[in-house]
Amino acid sequence: MKIQKIYPIAILLLSLLFVQCINDDDNAIYQDRCNDGIQNGDETGVDCGGSQCDPCSEEDLFAGTYMQKDQMGRPATNILFNQVALRDSLNITEPYLMQERFKDVFKNRIMTLDTTYTTNVLGLDADQMAAIFSQDVLWVAATGVTSYDNGSEILTGRALGEDVMDSNLLWIFGGPDGTKNNVDPLLISDNVDENDADFLTEFPYLAPPFEIED
Amino acid sequence: MQKDSYIENDYFYSFNDMVSIQYWSILNHIRTFKATNNFLQKYSIQKTMMKKSRLIAMISSLGVMVLAVVLMSGDHNDSPSISGTTSDIADFYAFQAPDPNNLVLVMNMQGLIPAGRATEEASFDESVLMEFNIDINNDLKEDILIQAIRRGDSMYFFGPFLTSQTGLMSEINTDADLKNSVKISTVEEVFVAEADGMKFFAGPREDPFFFDRNRFDEYLRGNAPGGFSNPGTDTYAGSNVLSIVVELPKALLGTPATDVNPFASATPTYNMWVETKKRLP
Repeated sequence: MKIQKIYPIAILLLSLLFVQCINDDDNAIYQDRCNDGIQNGDETGVDCGGSQCDPCSEEDLFAGTYMQKDQMGRPATNILFNQVALRDSLNITEPYLMQERFKDVFKNRIMTLDTTYTTNVLGLDADQMAAIFSQDVLWVAATGVTSYDNGSEILTGRALGEDVMDSNLLWIFGGPDGTKNNVDPLLISDNVDENDADFLTEFPYLAPPFEIED
Repeated sequence: MQKDSYIENDYFYSFNDMVSIQYWSILNHIRTFKATNNFLQKYSIQKTMMKKSRLIAMISSLGVMVLAVVLMSGDHNDSPSISGTTSDIADFYAFQAPDPNNLVLVMNMQGLIPAGRATEEASFDESVLMEFNIDINNDLKEDILIQAIRRGDSMYFFGPFLTSQTGLMSEINTDADLKNSVKISTVEEVFVAEADGMKFFAGPREDPFFFDRNRFDEYLRGNAPGGFSNPGTDTYAGSNVLSIVVELPKALLGTPATDVNPFASATPTYNMWVETKKRLP
């Protein structure tokens, strides 16, 4: 009789214990996740935010270390002057090391593209061209007109709409007076002279995106 | 064991679940857009906004998971676009603004996005930090940085700030004096933020680059001995990019060195370049 009374109560208590155990496990999992050093679950930062962890502070939201993947200065430097196999390497070379590491590669490339290169319209020989372009940064004038090449300003910036590829091609293939390689092969202009959309006169200046045509 | 199964339950929604979650998150996005739109268009980020953005980040993280599924399953595009290239820089522009006291910096990402696809199948990656690097003393090491990274439906900008941190690894400078954000624009809606004398934009734009890249590649392969054709064909015609645009007073960058550009040696000149950096796991 006694035992019969105790049994159901004992079982009930025992089952409650079980439930409690499972809940504890779940809590333990949440806590692990909020301290595991990675952003997982519904966390909005590393180990913060979401439904389980403490809210993110601004530091949390932007925490972490970021490693370089890509970089660029002047347009198409990597495509025009660099060996394919070395393009990834240039993308993770700090600019102050670029000239030392890539100048010879760039010079060889120039002499491959135009095997009779002497100088160009800028008056640069192959060594000078390679020295400038292997340092892949964009020079930007703090005063006055900013232009990649408008005929009077050279490499003082890069504005929208400028035919920078024709400038690059001219400097590589055009020879000292800019007329070399102007037919068979035609290499000093791609005959694409402008963008396929009009730019805005005010911020953000770039044209609206193309939409899907109906 | 139990932990593993918990994680699986958490991450592996059925596709139908995904769709409904996406729908829910879009609705929430729209609501939040309307509530914060006016504020964000005119003012920099405030602490109160940070709270909202946390919520947005949480909501959109679900959306990103949905997006990942769509990318894996639905992207038939063979061009070197979108998938797996969220760190790829397409282009960089730097020019004097119509107001000659200002400079405009443009960084374009993820080139050759087909028309209409931006914001649907391409988006800024929250794990990719974008940096404008500015060298003012011509030692070819960055002196000033502007950092940009997406959180939720906004792009956050830090700087310009003076940096002693140079090189291939970066942390985000949340201690920067100048911190701003702008809601990321869509094909339909454009958001511009103005603060601290600067303007900010992030979102899809028409790719301003033009070049007969295909013909040039053919020439290099020996398949086009005559060189370029006339007229040429713009390989980038009709395509979009994801852009971040900052207009800022030159005064925020200080006066750079002269004797930098041999074609304008008397002109004070910045060395500028852009970088993408991916968060380490």
